[in-house]
Amino acid sequence: MDILPTLWFVLIAVLWTGYLFLEGFDLGVGMHMLVSARSETDRRVMLNTIGPVWDGNEVWLITAAGATFAAFPYWYASLFSAMYIPLVVVLAGLIFRAVAIEYRGKGTSARWIRGWTLALGIGSFVAAFGVGAMLALTTTGLPLDANGDRVGGAFAWFSDYAVLGGLAVVGFCLLHAATFLAIKTDGSLRERAMAFAQRWAPVAILPFAAWVVVVQAMNHKPLLWLVVVVAFAAALTAWSAARRGSEGLAFIGFGAFLVAGSAAIFANVYPVVLPSTLNSAWNLTVDNASATPYTLGVMSVVACIGLPLVLAYQGWTYWVFRRRISDSQLPQQTGVRAAVKQP
Amino acid sequence: MHPMDVDPLLIARWQFGITTVYHFWMVPLTIGLGPLVALMQTMWHRTGNERYYRMTKFWGKLYLINFIMGVATGLVQEFQFGLAWSEYSRFVGDVFGAPLAMESLLAFFVESTFLGLWIFGWGKLPRRIHLACLWVAIAGSTISAYFIIVANSWMQHPVGVKLVHGHPVMTDVWAVLTNNTAITAFTHTIFGSFGVGGAFLVGIAWYQLWQRRRDGIDTVGADKRVIVAEAPGVPGRDRADHSVWLTSLRIGAVTAIIAFAGVAISGDAQGKLMFEQQPMKMAAAEAACHTGTSFSVLSIGDPGSQDCNDVIGVIEIPGVLSFLAKGDFSTPVKGVNQLLPEYQKKYGATLPDNPIYGDRAGQKIDYVPIMEVTYWGFRIMIGFGALAAFAAAVALWLTRRGTVPRSKPVMLLAVIGIAAPFIANSAGWIFTEMGRQPFVVAPNPNGVDGVFMFTAAAVSPGVSFGEILFSIIALGSIYAVLMVFEVRLLIRYVRGGVASAMPELANTDDDNDAKPDDVLSFAY
Repeated sequence: MDILPTLWFVLIAVLWTGYLFLEGFDLGVGMHMLVSARSETDRRVMLNTIGPVWDGNEVWLITAAGATFAAFPYWYASLFSAMYIPLVVVLAGLIFRAVAIEYRGKGTSARWIRGWTLALGIGSFVAAFGVGAMLALTTTGLPLDANGDRVGGAFAWFSDYAVLGGLAVVGFCLLHAATFLAIKTDGSLRERAMAFAQRWAPVAILPFAAWVVVVQAMNHKPLLWLVVVVAFAAALTAWSAARRGSEGLAFIGFGAFLVAGSAAIFANVYPVVLPSTLNSAWNLTVDNASATPYTLGVMSVVACIGLPLVLAYQGWTYWVFRRRISDSQLPQQTGVRAAVKQP
Repeated sequence: MHPMDVDPLLIARWQFGITTVYHFWMVPLTIGLGPLVALMQTMWHRTGNERYYRMTKFWGKLYLINFIMGVATGLVQEFQFGLAWSEYSRFVGDVFGAPLAMESLLAFFVESTFLGLWIFGWGKLPRRIHLACLWVAIAGSTISAYFIIVANSWMQHPVGVKLVHGHPVMTDVWAVLTNNTAITAFTHTIFGSFGVGGAFLVGIAWYQLWQRRRDGIDTVGADKRVIVAEAPGVPGRDRADHSVWLTSLRIGAVTAIIAFAGVAISGDAQGKLMFEQQPMKMAAAEAACHTGTSFSVLSIGDPGSQDCNDVIGVIEIPGVLSFLAKGDFSTPVKGVNQLLPEYQKKYGATLPDNPIYGDRAGQKIDYVPIMEVTYWGFRIMIGFGALAAFAAAVALWLTRRGTVPRSKPVMLLAVIGIAAPFIANSAGWIFTEMGRQPFVVAPNPNGVDGVFMFTAAAVSPGVSFGEILFSIIALGSIYAVLMVFEVRLLIRYVRGGVASAMPELANTDDDNDAKPDDVLSFAY
């Protein structure tokens, strides 16, 4: 067995985890704009907490897809073609959300703002649910034939695990965004965000925890229970921190739950990258789905240069925009008036 | 027949074509306008002149309205090779995925992160750093374009690989990255994008100058030179406003002219390569059935027919085709009728009896691209590109005395002219992509034998016609709706003039108690 495919499996797990960690609060903020905001001011403050960073965060998803294509073309081809319709729906959600973030504040009519808020919130929900379903299925299996193509029609991918994964990511995003808003805002919004985390943490995190346990039970790697325990301990610590009102620790704790939970999941399925539910001989693995050592070597050099830089300048962005923001700083929203002499 | 049993190949191709051409309406504007905005901000930084600050703000706003649509539609691009083209992804994955991954790791991350810093960094970052963020983001866009072109060029001209178990395997990444097809196509694309950016500036700045004249703000004196004045009641219409638009117009026009020169030179180099690398594509671009030296100015034929016997050259210029292909006026260039047997001999007359072709196995392979598309695509590209540069030169001449003519039709022409380089860009891509058919990976005549792929083999075997029908309708209608919103928003901001991007110009007397540093960190 070659070391490079394993390294790239780890890297792709890191990219997905990074995506869920960073875009997790972006998507969650989008959903909270529909469920938790009480006023237009709330929604604008919420949106501006993710304003400078959301686009950079979304690149983690694009990189996860691109890296999968480069390092495991068979995984890329089978997973995305098998989940054709849900992936198209995810993309539609992400498109609406991206455009909504940019366009929402560029009009002043109530209809314009309401419409884009819906697009943003629903788009975020759909994207989170779909990505969760896709990740859950790549760890629990899809009905694939020997060539890696889906058998059984357009909805053959659907299973309880798809729903579980969808709920897992939606729940995590809502919780993660609540603690994120608590550390990024001030005043009543901050208090309400914290109250949400205190109240809903156990419910929000339950599906993700269930996904971790399901994957742990499907694979027989008893040592990984240790990682699962770490994940649960992090979640419990975070919850108790939230109840004490310690926002920073709560945010880090739930983040650590995500990292440990996702590590447990990916370590459990390794060396399989996409199991076939029809015949385990047709499983895609790090060995039979990967690119050649030369290509993986080239990409390793690129990743060794690129990824530390990404972490550095994205880290710097968070530093630049580290201050809390609140409604007292909001500039008045002004409409655009045509620069024409009125008759 | 059940709708699920219809061959998904054609609809999958339509989907890829629609989503990609659409994506490439946003991209050239991003690539072309970005550096111009950065140039404006640099001028402001250097001179402290208010005019450049306003230009940066206004054009930067339009840049962002467009940029986000490019990001949103670009998402689809990253996934759709896996969606409907899984066999393609499996076949080329060892070499084609690498430039895509490099693009996101080395370029798109940079672009997105630093643009976020630029949008929210006004008044928050030191000015030099803030300006540097924009330049870095723009470098990211350009490098991003390079990697995507590298990937596309490998489909046009596969290099740096060997064949292992019937699959191309990368052996030389430098050969892939320095593919001569990629270098020329990248140069051509960047200049083409500057053409778009230039025409965008000219059209909109013209409208603004015309608006100032129509409202009677600017007038023309006896010496035919402009007399600039201001209209206090209208947002942003002061004296500085005039210089904002005149300077924008001139920057745009000069950019468009230089861009066309660059497009012509790089296009010539590209054409010469293409005659060697994909002779059938160039023969089809010329509707050149017979071997010869003449360039066709007008050919007619039976529409829809791909039979060379129906094409009649109406106007031809002897020697010019040879010049385009080889640089002299006498070397004969092979026509379709001569190339066809060569292709059939080399790559087979029928699709192989391989399960990946499904029901298409054994079908006759049509090596001639749809000639109406290649022939007219090529001419529309060149024609509209040249038209845009010509219009830019005329614009410079007409505004030499400091403003535009009062004529409304001329103003409308300038605004409609924004479309010309967009049309040229789309036509060029449609020509080169459809001209590559029936291959999705065209064979390299001097490359490794067997490294090519027919489009018919590339679709996802497990994906049904119904699924692609769903996605083409879903994505098509979303794209159509979003286009309406983008254009409406652009029009609203254009009509608002500079004040639309600088509300402080509209209300001069109130709202001065806000602390600028805090306020400016809110962009949404």
